Formats: sequence, C-alpha cells, structure tokens
Amino acid sequence: MNGGQDLGGMQGFGPVIEEQNEPHFHADWEARVLGLVLATGPLGLWNIDIGRHARETIPPQDYLSFSYYQIWLAGLEKLIARNHLLDEGVTAKTKGLTKLTLKNVATTLARGGPANREAQSAARFKVGDQITTRNFNPTTHTRLPRYLRGHTGEIVIVHGAHVFPDDAAHKELHDRGENPQWLYTVRFKATDIWGPDKNPNDHVHADLWEPYFVQ
Amino acid sequence: MSSKPHDHSHGHSHDHSHEHGEFSDLSDTELRVRTLETLLTEKGYIDTDAVNELIDTYETKVGPRNGAAVVARAWGDAEYRTRLLTNATAAIAELDYKGRQGEHMIAVENTDTVHNMVVCTLCSCYPWPVLGLPPIWYKSAPYRSKVVIDPRGVLEDFGVEISADKEITVWDSTAEVRYLVIPQRPSGTDGWSEEKLAKLVTRNSMIGTGYALNPDQLVGEVQA
Repeated sequence: MNGGQDLGGMQGFGPVIEEQNEPHFHADWEARVLGLVLATGPLGLWNIDIGRHARETIPPQDYLSFSYYQIWLAGLEKLIARNHLLDEGVTAKTKGLTKLTLKNVATTLARGGPANREAQSAARFKVGDQITTRNFNPTTHTRLPRYLRGHTGEIVIVHGAHVFPDDAAHKELHDRGENPQWLYTVRFKATDIWGPDKNPNDHVHADLWEPYFVQ
Repeated sequence: MSSKPHDHSHGHSHDHSHEHGEFSDLSDTELRVRTLETLLTEKGYIDTDAVNELIDTYETKVGPRNGAAVVARAWGDAEYRTRLLTNATAAIAELDYKGRQGEHMIAVENTDTVHNMVVCTLCSCYPWPVLGLPPIWYKSAPYRSKVVIDPRGVLEDFGVEISADKEITVWDSTAEVRYLVIPQRPSGTDGWSEEKLAKLVTRNSMIGTGYALNPDQLVGEVQA
C-alpha cells in the first residue's frame, strides 16, 4: 500500500542528522517496546509481514510524526487488539499459547526466521536477464516500493524461493499462506529511475519477487 | 521525570523503589507501555525475565563490534574474504554471529571504483547479528527517503567526500536479505592483527555512510 512507510524518493525532510554518542534507547519505554515486540512474536499469532502491515497502516500523518519505537508500539497494539489478547476472560491459557521463557531466548534469536522455502516451480529468470517491474497500487501489503514500479533493471542475484510478503501478510483475505516465490536482486540505473540529471555511474538494487515483474 | 535518562542496564524491570516518585511524571506513552506489559504478563503471554534478556542481548551483547570482527577478518584473510563474498551467511556464522535479522546475509565490498550504501526504504531492516540495533538516523524519514534518490547528498550530510567518477550503489533491503558493507582497508595497516584492524571499522563504514578510520584517526580515538 502507498502508506507513510513507502519513503524512497520523497523530498523535503531535510538533511540526515546523526546523533553523537546515541544511546540504545532514549527512554526506558523504548527498551520495553523492543522487548515486547520480540517476546510476543514467538506466540505465533502473526508473522513479520503481518507485523509490517500493521505498522504501515498507521495513517501517514501519524507514521511520519512518530518515533520508530512509537511506530512499533502502535503496530503491536493493533496486533494485540486484532487477536483479542486483552479481552475479558482471554488469557494465554484459554488461547492455548506458550510464552517465550528466559531459557529459550538465545536459541529463539539464533534460529531467527529464515524466509527461504522450497520452490514450487522453476525460476523464470537468471542472472543477466532484464526485467520490468509492474505498475500497480495495491491497498494491501507489498514490498515493491513506489519508486521502483514500472522500471527496467537487470537481475544480479537469484536467491531461491522466499515467503511472498504480499500474500503472507493477508491470511485474513485468502488461504494462499506463504506462497513462496522466486526472489531476485535487481540492479536499476539511477538515471532510469530518477531521470537524466542523476550521476550515470550510480545504481540502486532491490530484492524483488517474481510476481513483481511484467511476465 | 519522563525526560530523565534512566539506568537502562538495570532499569528494565519495574523498580518499585523509584516508581512512586516518578509515577505522576510518566508520559502517556510510558503509561501505555507499562499498562500493556503488565496486562500481557498477567495474562501469561510474556515472561518478564525473557523480555529483560531480549533487551539486554541487544543492549550489551550484539552490536557493530561483531561486524567489525567480520570485516577485519576479511581484510586479513583472503580465503575468508572469498567465503564472505560468496556465502556471507555461512562465513559470518563462522564467527558465531547468526539468527534474527541476519538469516540471509550478503556482503558487498567497497573498491576503488564502487561505494556501497545500505537502506530499508520501507521500514528499518538492518543486519542485527553483525550491527546490532539500527541508529535513529537509519530508521528516519530523511535517510530512507533521500539515500535512493540522492546518495551523494546523504554522504555530504555525513561529511563524506566522494568522487563523481566513483559508482555509488545503494542496496534497498526490501526482502529478508540483509546487507553488510565491507569498507576499504585503510593504507598504513600492513601487518596489523585482526583485533587492531577491527578498531578501524566503524558502524557507519559497514552501512556505507562513512569510511573505515585511518590509523591516525585511531590514535585520536584512543586518546579521547
């Protein structure tokens, strides 16, 4: 969706300013939000794509004025509400959920959440192929940013099949599940994306799934 | 006071000894977070010790020193460099850095002709096992919007000079692949140990918004 999260190419935010000696957290609550997001993920009620979609559906005027941990908090509150976790009479026990315990923290982090899956079909493209991205504007989750729609680039890496976020984020809409698709790194010329006044030496790469390409 | 910096290394659990004095000063956000954590705990969804451990992991155990060790090894060991450039996930795991937000790693190398920069325009994707949590500027609208359309302007914001002849290549982390920049090894470091080389490798040099330090800058760092 064309939400506040899709920032590539916007102008007018001013210079990038680095905070000197930046602390990990600027308030205790920021640390707690990080901990809550990481601790509730293993309950298994949502995946990373559902989590991202919860954040990108924050209205743009809020998204752009929130700090990043405020964005995470607002997203987490949505996921909790949607799953009715705090409703009267509802508990981990009634939901049949198992909480992350101290002794499982290290192994859970070390395992992470690999996104590669067995391919359902052969890859249609190979390194060196030219592809053109689709022009679309779904109101649902996508990881094809606006600034890379309708552009032609070259495939430089074939990653294998990965969970397709556009489907994995929306189990409420269909039963396609993770619907793994071939993932590629695509190289675009800066001048092709932004116009002839850009430096002809410069490039942008993005990791894009096969359904994003004009077939 | 809500703006008072707390002792983060010990302040994760609710410390009742100072809670009473500060309670009336809590911001709306702090109250929301406290209430949320209390309810999630009471209903059995989370464990306070686990939450504390998660925070402590990224506050004290995982950070850019990990990535610096990877880069220093690549600088000093040609075979390791090859492994890092061909299968970064496995090469980084040799140093026991792996897992969440580093499941699928790619290392990109700066050269005399190419300078790499990493971003996530759509959220805040960042290689946690090697760099820890991202700094605020990395997650902020100015960086996410600008680096893909005006990477040279971003380098200017960081005080980094770069020739117009050099290619700048930006990696937008739109999937679950995470990128680590291998900065160029500074001259005057022949024969240095990996430990000493690692001191030259800054976080920003592994994102692409800076270069590795020169040996004379390192002296300044140590004296400071």
